[in-house]
Order: sequence, then C-alpha cells, then structure tokens
Amino acid sequence: MSEKHEKLIDKKGIRLDGRKADELRSLKLEVGVLPNADGSAYVEHGKNKILVGVFGPREVHPKHLMKADRMVLKCRYHMAPFSVPERKSPAPSRREVELSKVIRESLEPALFPELYPRTGIDVYVEVLQADGGTRCASITAAALALADSGIPMRDLVVACAAGKVEDTVVLDLYDAEDKLGAADVPVAYMPNLNAVTLLQMDGQLSPEEFEKAVNMAMDGCKKIYALQKEALKNKYMTTKVETKEETEE
Amino acid sequence: MPTFFEAKQLVTPGELLAEGEFQAGENTYVEAGKIFASRIGLVDLDNKKVNVVALRAFYVPKPGDIVIGSVIEVGFNGWTIDIKAPYTAMLRASDVLSRPFKPQNDELSQVLDAGDLIVAKIASFDRAHDPQLTVGEPGLGKITRGQLMRIVPTKIPRVIGRKGSMISMIKTETNCQIILGLNGVILVTGKNPADEELAMRVIKKIEDESHTTGLTDRITQLLKEEKAKREEIKQ
Repeated sequence: MSEKHEKLIDKKGIRLDGRKADELRSLKLEVGVLPNADGSAYVEHGKNKILVGVFGPREVHPKHLMKADRMVLKCRYHMAPFSVPERKSPAPSRREVELSKVIRESLEPALFPELYPRTGIDVYVEVLQADGGTRCASITAAALALADSGIPMRDLVVACAAGKVEDTVVLDLYDAEDKLGAADVPVAYMPNLNAVTLLQMDGQLSPEEFEKAVNMAMDGCKKIYALQKEALKNKYMTTKVETKEETEE
Repeated sequence: MPTFFEAKQLVTPGELLAEGEFQAGENTYVEAGKIFASRIGLVDLDNKKVNVVALRAFYVPKPGDIVIGSVIEVGFNGWTIDIKAPYTAMLRASDVLSRPFKPQNDELSQVLDAGDLIVAKIASFDRAHDPQLTVGEPGLGKITRGQLMRIVPTKIPRVIGRKGSMISMIKTETNCQIILGLNGVILVTGKNPADEELAMRVIKKIEDESHTTGLTDRITQLLKEEKAKREEIKQ
C-alpha cells in the first residue's frame, strides 16, 4: 500500500506534516464569538475551522420531543459546501446525521438534564473547513459553547483522536493520515471526572495498539483541556486587564 | 478537608473546589464527596459553604421575583408572556381585571395587546407547571414609558449593591426611576433621554466589570465626571 504514495512517516518518525508521533496540531480556541447565540465558540484545530452556537434552555420544537421530566439536547453537525475540496451538498448526509448523534451523546453526560424539565438545548456545529478529526474538534468547541451559554456542566468535554499509520500509533490524525492510515480512534473525555464519553474505532488494531492509542488520545485530551480552560477564562481576563490599566492611569 | 481555590478565583465547570466538611452552594455540585464548579464564575467561601458567583447564566423563575416581560399572545382567558427564561409565563385575565372575568364582555387585547410590556411578579412556578404571573400589587402592570435594557441575570445583585447602595446611588445621581427585573431586564425611566442614557451606560459598565475589584469607586467616579461635563455644557 505504501508504494503507491509517499511514506506517511519517515525513518526518523516525522509525519508528512512535520509532526512527531505524539504531537498535536496547532490549536486556537475562542469563546463568545456569536452575539446572537446564547453561547458560542470557534476552534481552529490544524486546518479544521469550526463554529459552534448554542441556544437555550428554551421551549422544545417540535413539541413531541419534549420530555416532562428533563431537558433534551439537540445537536446538528453540518459541513459547509466549501469545507472540503470537492463541493459538498448542503443537505444533511448520512455521515452528518451520525456525527450529530455521536456529538450529542458525548456531550449529554456533562449536563444536568433533570434540572430544567420540559426545555431543550440546541447545539449547532458548523464546519467551515475540514481536515480530519472534525468530530473531535466539534466536541471540544461545543463544550466551550455550552459553558459560555451558562448551562450548568459537570465538566468540560474534550475530544482527541489517535490512530495507526504505517505501523506506528500516532496522535491527532489529519485528513491524509485518516484516509490512508490503518486505524482511527476518537476519544471524548471529561478530565476532572476521569470519564470517557465517546470511544469509537475505525480500522484494525491489536489489543496492545488499541490500548496505546486510547492512552495517547487521553493524554492529548488533557493538553487540549488546559487550552480550553484558558480560552474560557480569557474572555473575562481581558476585561480584568483593561480595568487594571484604567486604574493605573 | 482542604479547599483548592483562592478567594474570588475564576473557575470553569468541572474544577475541583473542596473536599470534606464543606457545603455545596450555588453553581456547584457534589460527586463522591468532592465539590466541583458547574458554571464559569468566581468562587467564594461563606462559612462552610462553597459558592460560585456565575459570570454566565440564564434566569430561572422563582415565586416572588419581580420580572419584566412582553406579551407574545392574547389567549381566551389570559396572556402568554415572554420573561426571557426557559419557560413562558401565563398571566390570567381575572388577575388583571380585579373582578370576575366574563369572556362575552371583555376584550382582552384592549387591556394588554401582543407586544405590550409589563412589570409582574411570579405568583407560582414548579417543575410541572409554567410560571404564573400577577400584577395585583402597587408598582406592577403595563409599562408606558422609559427604556429597556438586558443584562446577564446573575449580575442583578451586583447592580443592586450591598443593601441597595449601588442602585440608589445611580437613581439619585441620574434622576431616573429604575426597575430591576430579576430576569435581567431593566426599565429605566427618566425626565429626558440623556439621563436614561447615562443610567444605562453605568449599568452596562457594572455588568461588564462585575467580577473586578474596586467597581463601586469607578462607578462613583464615572457619575461624578458625567455630572461635571453637564455643568460645563450648561454654563
């Protein structure tokens, strides 16, 4: 297989995009970017660009989805037509419906649905540019947007993938590695509670490789978690710094 | 029984706050004997109670709260009111008319129409039922003049200040009547738009800087400066 294309990892263990096996892509997180939404976040994870808006808790529509004893979480993962090299039809595809469900289920354990019965939260995930690992970046951003909207949470949810390319277990696969590599293991995780909320595997791994990949992904999650907390705090730190300068004058 | 924070520290959801003989206060939860934060905010230790003063939250109705809302629908025997909460509120016709309500005699839209704004009190609310409003007390009812603004509802106590010091200062300095809806909606009524404008600017400043220290001094300063400016214009 590897004869047909360039080697994904060279002899020194450096990947095609110049990263080491256990290195994350560059990450930029921003909170509160959409004034019209109750909560929002924007993430740039490598070449992924994802915008998340959260609304609610509010009345549930359509009415039949309402639960008398708890709050419902609705999620929509959507890729913009220009997010991939070949135009993607804006209609929801099978993959998008599945990812919406996967993202919803990985966020649900972080909430307290019993607190606000008969209401619903809407999470809108808009992928502006995709380069592999969008479900993980979406979960990371959606958790930030939820926290920004003031919805009580047990913990922030962080997600990160690990996988196998050319017989090496690597962290945070990008598009080419995802497509040409041997396996992909996305993990969503609540670091403070040490609870995994999403674990998927695509491809084949030996039990040892699988364990290594999961541990690697969880370590990656912890690194992203630190950035996530920083992004959330940053929004309020800026006003704090400004006022400090004011008093110094 | 340690705590894991400094006073007034900014915390994010999921942050471990305390362990052992502490009580979980506002915006916190307990898991396996440990207290965690559930919202972004500033931690405070009040006796043995760990509280997080939330920086972002939404309004949850509570019986007895004064709120400001708008009529979204005129129904058969009452109105549906949007109170900027997860639940829409109901206001019964018999409550407003203060006499038995007869559908054949009374046209409800002549009393309150869609889009009208009201100051009301939450009469009842529980998990199973939407909030009921009442306007049967002095100071409540339809709003006829003034300007509205919205802030994050958790910051209303900061606008009120200790024993109402902040709000009474703003009221006297700007010559405005101010009604604070606990749902985060504020009605400012003054003699002229400039007074209202100033009061709103001050309240906005309090909202933006509610988590910083020395806020009262800065607000006093701002009000003084504005007053001085006006004196200059007059002369």
